[in-house]
Amino acid sequence: MAGPSTDPRAAAAPGATVPTRRGTEALLLAFAVLLTLAAQCIVDLTVTGSLRPELATFGIWFTALWTGAHLVVRRFAPYADPLLLPCVAVLTGLGLVMIHRLDIADPDAGSDAPVQLLWATIGLVLFVAVLLTVRDHRLLSRYAYILMLVGLVLLAIPAVLPASISEVYGAKLWIRVAGFSIQPGEFAKICLVIFFAAYLVDKRDVLALASRKVMGLEFPRGRDLGPVIVVWVLSILVLVFERDLGSSLLLFGIFVVMIYVATERASWVVIGLLMFAAGATLAYNAFGHVQARVDTWLDPFAYYDGSGYQVAQSLFGLGTGGLFGAGLGGGRPDAVPIAKSDFIGSAVGEELGLFGLAAVIMVYLILVERGLRTSLIVRDPFGKLLAAGLSFAVAWQLFVVLGGVTGLLPLTGLTTPFLAYGGSSLVANFGLVALLVRISDAARRPATPHVAPQRLTDAPTEVVQP
Amino acid sequence: MAEIVLQGFRFGFLLLLWLFIFAAFRVVRADLLGGRAGRVASVPPRAAAPGKKRNGKGPRTLVVTAGPLSGTKITLGEQPILIGRADDSTLVLTDDFASSRHARLTNRGGQWYVEDLGSTNGTYLDQQRVQGPLLISPGQPIRIGQTALELRS
Repeated sequence: MAGPSTDPRAAAAPGATVPTRRGTEALLLAFAVLLTLAAQCIVDLTVTGSLRPELATFGIWFTALWTGAHLVVRRFAPYADPLLLPCVAVLTGLGLVMIHRLDIADPDAGSDAPVQLLWATIGLVLFVAVLLTVRDHRLLSRYAYILMLVGLVLLAIPAVLPASISEVYGAKLWIRVAGFSIQPGEFAKICLVIFFAAYLVDKRDVLALASRKVMGLEFPRGRDLGPVIVVWVLSILVLVFERDLGSSLLLFGIFVVMIYVATERASWVVIGLLMFAAGATLAYNAFGHVQARVDTWLDPFAYYDGSGYQVAQSLFGLGTGGLFGAGLGGGRPDAVPIAKSDFIGSAVGEELGLFGLAAVIMVYLILVERGLRTSLIVRDPFGKLLAAGLSFAVAWQLFVVLGGVTGLLPLTGLTTPFLAYGGSSLVANFGLVALLVRISDAARRPATPHVAPQRLTDAPTEVVQP
Repeated sequence: MAEIVLQGFRFGFLLLLWLFIFAAFRVVRADLLGGRAGRVASVPPRAAAPGKKRNGKGPRTLVVTAGPLSGTKITLGEQPILIGRADDSTLVLTDDFASSRHARLTNRGGQWYVEDLGSTNGTYLDQQRVQGPLLISPGQPIRIGQTALELRS
């Protein structure tokens, strides 16, 4: 290169069309499907020594799902990010394989993999529905307060229902009707992220500007702390009434990060951490179940016969897996209780080893990176905040769950997005990805040449920043 | 199953998984670098064609010659021009390599100066990285990320 100081790429050919990159997406999706089918074959060959006839049905179904999703994206969100869907496909596929593998390990418990495949299908139906109905993500901000209400109601339902309907393993966050169990918190998460984004876009100026300087940090005025306190109280209420550490942590974390993104003020993170510390201390001293969780976390082997059994088994599993894992179908991941949903991370870690688990985390990181990148390039502030909030929700949830599985954090009741067995989590996260796809389509779509509207009544209204 | 086959499965699958990540990273890389590496296009040098100097009158328009906004024209007045990704910039760039408040063009006595506002990826005036305010002559390309601008009379 002759000129070291200039970037030759800085000057793209004028009038160059923006590539839609749908071909890349199709190739990577094909790779993801191939990966899933290979894993499925390996599991069957390793465990039973022969391929099952159901494998063909599974393969066709799984391929059809992603072909459908790809075609819908190609038609209705042509400029969407090409990596979002393939990452989700790999994670969902790997989850299906692990669940199938755990099915084989314990044939008496019934097979959950076909059910999960059904949930994935429903999830993709939701994905398509969201892409079709939400043509412009900015319209969502109009329904912000309705969505807040929906989110709060969803969050509150399990708390008011009788324990026989809503309680599973001590956490009251389910609605169990006619054999189906739904975890409304997963849907509430998305509704609340949309609301937070719309609300913070409105209020970020006052939250960012009115401040006092204390110890080098700009702190907001007392009265502007209102929203944070409200969300904090809400999180505590979730903790008290649903006895679920995970949702509570998820809710508060998302809000703090979104307020930080909206205002660019580090002080909000400090305030958030302080409030979290206060809340955690309060919860630890007031509730037995939180205390039990923390004690188990600090020393799982001391409670090996009781509450620590699950984490201890998970740690044994990860240890057995070592660097390269026991191979798909070669380990004993079923030795961990509830490995299909809460502890799928440990099953992956045992069979694929550190390298495999790191790869899975990497796929999540790519997904999150694409989301955050969408947030960077999209033009409108609502889209920015929404994309950042949604991607952070995925990252945060993954961190909290894997932290629990590996003993880094106390155990929570969250599920690994896309990977774990669980209908509501899977379906809700497909909805989340649909929103990200929609925003990324808007972000990467080349600006249409501005044509003056014919009549004033046709002109779209627009918020002009003062 | 023979042990060797199982070992093959074990490492083969891990390899396949990482290959997927490698493929994904290639896409990320291609995106970051704006298309395939090696596709080199350059702005036709206009500095060589000064045209009529319009006897002493300064440049009148700012034209975007490359990048997503290529073809955009801004008529110059007395006001400074803010360039960046922020919504309140005069020229709002949709360029991943641009900062929110990237550069500013100011008019001082009929002459235009470009200043970098502490951007991450820098502003270039005709191969030279802009540190302090630099005088722009008409036709000199100003480069911000993938966008190139120039003043025209």
